[in-house]
Amino acid sequence: MIAELFTTTVLVGILASGIRLSTPYLFASLGETFGQKSGVLNLGVEGIMLLGAFAAFYTTFITENLWLGLLAAIIVGGIMGLAVAVISVTLKAQQGISGIGIYLFGLGMSELLFRKTLGTVEIVSGFSSIYIPFLSDIPILGEIFFQQNLLVYFAYIMVPVSWFVLSKTTLGLKIRAVGENPEAADTLGVSVSGVRYFTQIFGGVMSGIAGASLSIALLNVFQQNLTSGLGFIAVALVYFGGWRPLGVLVGSLIFSMVNALQLWVQVLNIPIPSDIAVMMPYVLTILALVIAVQRVRPPSALTKPYERGG
Amino acid sequence: MQDFYSKHPKILRAFDILLPFIATLAALGVGAVMLMVFDANPVVAYGALLEGAFGSTNAVADTLVKATPLLLVALGICIAFRGGVINIGGEGQLLLGAVASTLVGLSNPNMPGYLLIPLALLVGFFAGGAWGAIPGLLKAYFNVNEILSTIMMNAIAVQGMNYLLRGPMIDPVQLESASRIPQTARLSAAFDLPRLIPTRLHLGTGLAIIAAFLVFIFLWRTVVGYRIRAVGLNPNASRYAGINVPRHIVLSMLLSGAFCGLAGAIQVYGLHHRMFTDGSATGFTGSAGFNGIVVALFGQLHPLGAIPASFLFGALIVGANKLQRVMQVPSSFIIALNGLVVVFVVSADYWRRRLARRREAEVVGEVTISSEAEVPT
Repeated sequence: MIAELFTTTVLVGILASGIRLSTPYLFASLGETFGQKSGVLNLGVEGIMLLGAFAAFYTTFITENLWLGLLAAIIVGGIMGLAVAVISVTLKAQQGISGIGIYLFGLGMSELLFRKTLGTVEIVSGFSSIYIPFLSDIPILGEIFFQQNLLVYFAYIMVPVSWFVLSKTTLGLKIRAVGENPEAADTLGVSVSGVRYFTQIFGGVMSGIAGASLSIALLNVFQQNLTSGLGFIAVALVYFGGWRPLGVLVGSLIFSMVNALQLWVQVLNIPIPSDIAVMMPYVLTILALVIAVQRVRPPSALTKPYERGG
Repeated sequence: MQDFYSKHPKILRAFDILLPFIATLAALGVGAVMLMVFDANPVVAYGALLEGAFGSTNAVADTLVKATPLLLVALGICIAFRGGVINIGGEGQLLLGAVASTLVGLSNPNMPGYLLIPLALLVGFFAGGAWGAIPGLLKAYFNVNEILSTIMMNAIAVQGMNYLLRGPMIDPVQLESASRIPQTARLSAAFDLPRLIPTRLHLGTGLAIIAAFLVFIFLWRTVVGYRIRAVGLNPNASRYAGINVPRHIVLSMLLSGAFCGLAGAIQVYGLHHRMFTDGSATGFTGSAGFNGIVVALFGQLHPLGAIPASFLFGALIVGANKLQRVMQVPSSFIIALNGLVVVFVVSADYWRRRLARRREAEVVGEVTISSEAEVPT
């Protein structure tokens, strides 16, 4: 039975779904990378993703317009990002714990809204696959890379964009400065709070889109706890990726491939208990953290609120 | 303002203690808005909440029963936070304690209760401790962020529990039936923790309160406890003073997990008398692993402060269940409300720190004022 995993069809299937499944990780982790680079840990990504997923799904379900759905996720994500900024930047709350609060709020609120509005699991037709002309005709590679939905392409475009913004622009320099040495940045006239508000709102928007990529592109349903821990893994991926967009990409791919493999193992009825299979990505995350942390150092001011003259 | 506070230091202290209450009220206020959005009258709803928590002997007993795991988890959190470690893994540690202690009861059905119960609670204590020690070791020796590792350990514990309860540990009766509810058989009635009065209130509540005093003595009256707090306050200074910092980080995580594990064991032997799952952690824990963090913060990270704090939160949860039944508000409302309380309580700390700074400034200020007094104006 194990041998069935290695037929071309299955391997292509695993790789293609691996690429597809990496979208929520990518959006959420890239957004979180901006936030952590500026010194703020948002542990509530999971909760924001759930709210974004619901907003996108419900709006699409009512209006039958995917773009409005995506817009709803962006707005909800942005509002939640703003809330995180107020809590972490202005009120300087302990970030590890307030993030759990945001998560619980998102978990409860998205389910509450789901029960009060939809009640049962409904289906929408989400973003469909776009066949990129010529490229999608390439055997095997075309099927893996160029027959994906719009949000998958968008997520992959965001990788170089994030890299460029963080490494090559003034904005990126400010973000890094605020995360490494807020006192110095402040002295040079950079608004520490301003930059952190920006990264948190941006991170919230990205988490919202990550949720939408699940509810209106990948799964096309909404149900309680749709994300089931994915948002927490996304936060860990930022550590794993060494706070670099390219590292985040590698991490996201490893995880989504493991997930895809685990799904196919179940599809092919290979006798591994599904609970144990689901456990694997988390075990892998811990191992990955052990390895990753030895290589790179987190931003110096990560989780430390900035106090002028303090 | 400064004058007012310096003349009335007691008001400042009262404010410190009152602040979490104000924050909780604010969270309930936001909750009221949410209720109104969902066409529920918040006055009626919160009335039901109060009645559900305190309305009868049974209600008060239920509140105490709910407070018990919260108090034990909060004690664990106090130890970790005092040691400078953020333990978000209470959920997983609680599950480990529950599963391990259930195994003890299932595999020794004929042992007398007075032997088995202490043994099972002890096993739960150490199982949770072992689960907590892993992120502790990873932090102390591999520099892995404990917030992330404990969250991952939670997810692993949930899946492990699901596997055991759907497979090896499932109730043989369920195995026969078509529904196959993932739960163990009921433990022998001889293993039930004694009930205190004819309600659900059990001995576990008393044990938790005793544990609170023990943790207080441990942290403030023993050398090891002193070292843990020293490491939490200033790891560098502790290192220079010759304290083995990594070892004390592991120890504080181990003890933290142990009290969460004990909470799980007491939930099994005092309340449920079996282990069950709905696929998530919350199904069994009721988010006690997370709520215990809020309780600990509410009690100012002091083991004795956690006692009234856990009672308050127990009341909130029991009352919310009533609210759910009376008002037909889905239980997810309570999860969201919980989240709001967490956010508001940690955010409110901002004002406490501001006042603390003002107090410091006053000490400096007095000196300047007295020197200024010499200068004729």
